[in-house]
Amino acid sequence: MNVSKSARNFVASHIASLPKSGIREFFDIVNTMDDVISLGVGEPDFTTPWNIREAGTFSLEQGHTAYTSNLGMLSLRKEICKYVACNYGVKYNPNNECIVTIGVSEALDIAMRALLNPGDEVIYTTPCFVSYPAEITMAHGVPVPVPTYEKDNFTLTPETLQQVLTPKSKVLLLNFPCNPTGAVMGLENLKAVAEIAEKHDLIVITDEIYSELVYDGLEHHSIAALDGMRDRTIFLHGFSKAFAMTGWRVGYACGPAEIIDAMMKIHQYGIMSANTTSQEAALEALQNGTSAMLKMRESYRERRNVMVKMLNDMGLKCVMPQGAFYAFPNIQSTGLDSKTFARQLLEKEHVAVVPGVAFGECGEGYVRCCYATGIQDIIEAMKRIKHFVDGLKK
Amino acid sequence: MQEHILNLLRENARISVEEMALRLNASADEVTAVIAELEKNNVICGYTAILNEVSSNKVNALIEVKITPQRDGGFDTVAKRIAKFDEVKELYLVSGAYDLLLEVEGESLQQVAMFVSGKLSTIDGVLSCATSFQLKKYKQSGRIIDCEESYERLKICP
Repeated sequence: MNVSKSARNFVASHIASLPKSGIREFFDIVNTMDDVISLGVGEPDFTTPWNIREAGTFSLEQGHTAYTSNLGMLSLRKEICKYVACNYGVKYNPNNECIVTIGVSEALDIAMRALLNPGDEVIYTTPCFVSYPAEITMAHGVPVPVPTYEKDNFTLTPETLQQVLTPKSKVLLLNFPCNPTGAVMGLENLKAVAEIAEKHDLIVITDEIYSELVYDGLEHHSIAALDGMRDRTIFLHGFSKAFAMTGWRVGYACGPAEIIDAMMKIHQYGIMSANTTSQEAALEALQNGTSAMLKMRESYRERRNVMVKMLNDMGLKCVMPQGAFYAFPNIQSTGLDSKTFARQLLEKEHVAVVPGVAFGECGEGYVRCCYATGIQDIIEAMKRIKHFVDGLKK
Repeated sequence: MQEHILNLLRENARISVEEMALRLNASADEVTAVIAELEKNNVICGYTAILNEVSSNKVNALIEVKITPQRDGGFDTVAKRIAKFDEVKELYLVSGAYDLLLEVEGESLQQVAMFVSGKLSTIDGVLSCATSFQLKKYKQSGRIIDCEESYERLKICP
């Protein structure tokens, strides 16, 4: 047997030191069980509305199988800019201020790489989507978490933001409505945050992937639309959540021309262009997808009501989330940490939730429950969780 | 609230009052009161099941009927007469090449044929009938019969 000399460690140090997503290990356990009710997903349970799917298959039938422009189809960019102007109140030029990407994930990646010099600090709110700190690290930036608290309904307050600012702060990354907390930023706090960004010359990346999904007649505000913010904001959005199109992998970024141009260079060399079929389907979503989207939103709202009421009734205190499709109940009364809670719940009751700590240290003491799940499954899962929680008290 | 309740009942008429209350963030008493009001005002005329045809031996037909509007009642007089027959399940006044569209249900093909020739055609004001027997049902009340689509999501994802 040949024993090779121990090879040099080829993996780059900033990648080697990246932790694996905390969600992964649960995924492996869940896959060994049969009757699991999963509240651990981050995507809609609806299939893409038929008219959108049909636009995708029609595009294939027509033989639209070539690359598009690097920035994406102009027809789609025009429709995106119209949609953003109408719904968010910010105007972008489809020719040079909008780029179609492989979901918001790619948009975030190329935005980070376009903006960061090694050592630049990126402030991001936690608990947050699992990719954010990793994306920052991969782009050689320094992740600086700013906590959000249950007492503030998990919104970012100007006071906590002030505490993490340093001379190296360059980017502020926002995600409201928020995964995993469902928090929405009120206009007053948003304005105060924008003022801080201006005063400290920060550029804001705002991931508004859940922005259609706000409930109870609440209005979503984009920081990009506030006075003076358009030219220091990159607006990220996509089709995955509102139009139930996660698997199509299509999103976009809008921002000042010179930044979009820089992002385009990375996209051009790394990706070429977003998937053509998906772009044509996305165009249909913007042109004719609103009524289906509103119907899905109403359905999420009802399920949220059911889940949050049942969680509170069983003694797990849960803030009423105003957006996205996640409830983030406080489990501290059980005396368990979030990983133990999630693991025992899965083993004993076969219900999968995601431990809050997977979304950052300040998510400890909470779990994320997704209500984009069939209503009967939600009711059954809540009964099982109640049984589990009651059992802990004995 | 009324609209929300109607939507839930359209989706599943057997839904419990408790579940409706949970979903709409209301009390069970409120929901019960709204439904009672809707029933009283004839907004809800009844509740029925959506059946897969395999489970029934009935024969159904769609019939296009041309009629002469009457001097005092317009189309209503004739339409209301036709509506009273038990065999008629659905009846609409429509725009286009004919006036009334009926859905008729019978125990056998012969029974439906007898109804058309013996009863429907002989009504005063009925000019002509064109009968199409239903061969297969693909969708009813917004529900696709025998929907084959299924797709399993990942159980855990970010």
